[in-house]
Amino acid sequence: MMVVVNTAARPAIGDGFRLQWEPAQEAHVLLYPEGMVRLSRSAAAILTRCDGEHTIADIVADIERAYAATGLSSDVFAFIELAVERSWVEFRA
Amino acid sequence: MSEPAATPSPPAGPPLWLLLELTYRCPLHCVFCYNPTDFENVGRELETAEWLRVLEEARALGSVQLGLSGGEPLVREDLETIVAAAHRLGFYTNLITSGVGLTEPRLQALKEAGLDHIQLSFQDSTRRMNDFLSSTRTFELKLKVAALIKEYGYPMVLNVVLHRLNIDHVEDILEMAERMGAEYVELANTQYYGWAWRNRGQLMPSRAQLNRAEEATARFRERVGARMRIFFVVPDYFETRPKPCMNGLGRIFLSIAPDGIALPCQAARMLPGLTFPSVREASIRSIWYDSPAFNHYRGEGWMKEPCRSCPERGRDFGGCRCQAYLLTGDPANADPVCELSPHHHLVTEAVMRAEREPTVTPAEQPLIFRDHRGSSARE
Repeated sequence: MMVVVNTAARPAIGDGFRLQWEPAQEAHVLLYPEGMVRLSRSAAAILTRCDGEHTIADIVADIERAYAATGLSSDVFAFIELAVERSWVEFRA
Repeated sequence: MSEPAATPSPPAGPPLWLLLELTYRCPLHCVFCYNPTDFENVGRELETAEWLRVLEEARALGSVQLGLSGGEPLVREDLETIVAAAHRLGFYTNLITSGVGLTEPRLQALKEAGLDHIQLSFQDSTRRMNDFLSSTRTFELKLKVAALIKEYGYPMVLNVVLHRLNIDHVEDILEMAERMGAEYVELANTQYYGWAWRNRGQLMPSRAQLNRAEEATARFRERVGARMRIFFVVPDYFETRPKPCMNGLGRIFLSIAPDGIALPCQAARMLPGLTFPSVREASIRSIWYDSPAFNHYRGEGWMKEPCRSCPERGRDFGGCRCQAYLLTGDPANADPVCELSPHHHLVTEAVMRAEREPTVTPAEQPLIFRDHRGSSARE
């Protein structure tokens, strides 16, 4: 399935996946059937903002604000593309 | 370059994976079941409140993936209560079931309790073989359950244990899975523990059978593409390196048996010389971090040659302790699946015996179905 990722798309955590903070691992993790991915801080910064409400443009702006940085757009895009490929993230109509 | 000798073990991390074997009771009598063959002698099952305490304590330590298995976990009438508590605590909950007992009201209750995932097992693609291998009439029932699971919005995940008697049906099994709308299919070759160990002579496929099954799987994958993901678990007897069993005992996996005995692997109860603690007598924290049974096979101090100086020991942890014990009598030996093991011939001989057709005829040695009579005779 080809997914067109554009700045107006609203990413959400994929069906069957769950994102949560794990104190024992001091990390956000993504849980899925019989498995788990421990997220890096930057991956967590993106995925925690994938709530199905905000667009990718919103997410980029919010992260740039939070980290007082600019030019993060291509990094966020690249990660979301990878996340879509792995079904971690899907787009709500 | 010589490898350094075994080093002291690093401190253990949390038991990320918690498996509750809620009961050894099961309406099926599968010949390849890995449950202990003396399950009838296992003590009284934990009460609901005891399971809930296990969940709380393990979650506090960092357990996050939860498997609910058995036996057939649906035999427990408190399954919904256990799932609800686990969900509240933040576990990702996986039910591993034969489907027997999964009625619509129960599935609805489990969904409402927050159950995340269901893995359904089939024995074969045909009614005759499914029912023969499980010694029940459950084929039609399982098809109904599969449809129900999809109806309730769960991905359809099928598990089929492969062996000599059904491995030639792989194509039919995959077609059945496709008709059922399965998203994931695990074709898991039998691992020889418990009842499967008893029946090894009849269950071991020939290399030709295995090759045909792998080819059929590859053809099928090509046809269906990403629509259905198929995992083909190769039987380790045909390998030359051992599996990294449990990613090393006591590293991430904690299993609690129906009677509350805590184990670093579901099959580990058989390991000699270790007293596995009970959750009735000790906290999960002390069991995981402090008990001699859980510390024994951590790190590399227990290893013998050839593992002790092997450059691959950090990758496969010497393989499976239970398999080393069953085949060589000493769980600290290298898993004989490894071609570097001095006992590797025990594995190749078993494989070679399977080349002769038929290995053991049912007349010489009947298949032993997992049941109460069989269970009273200890190995």
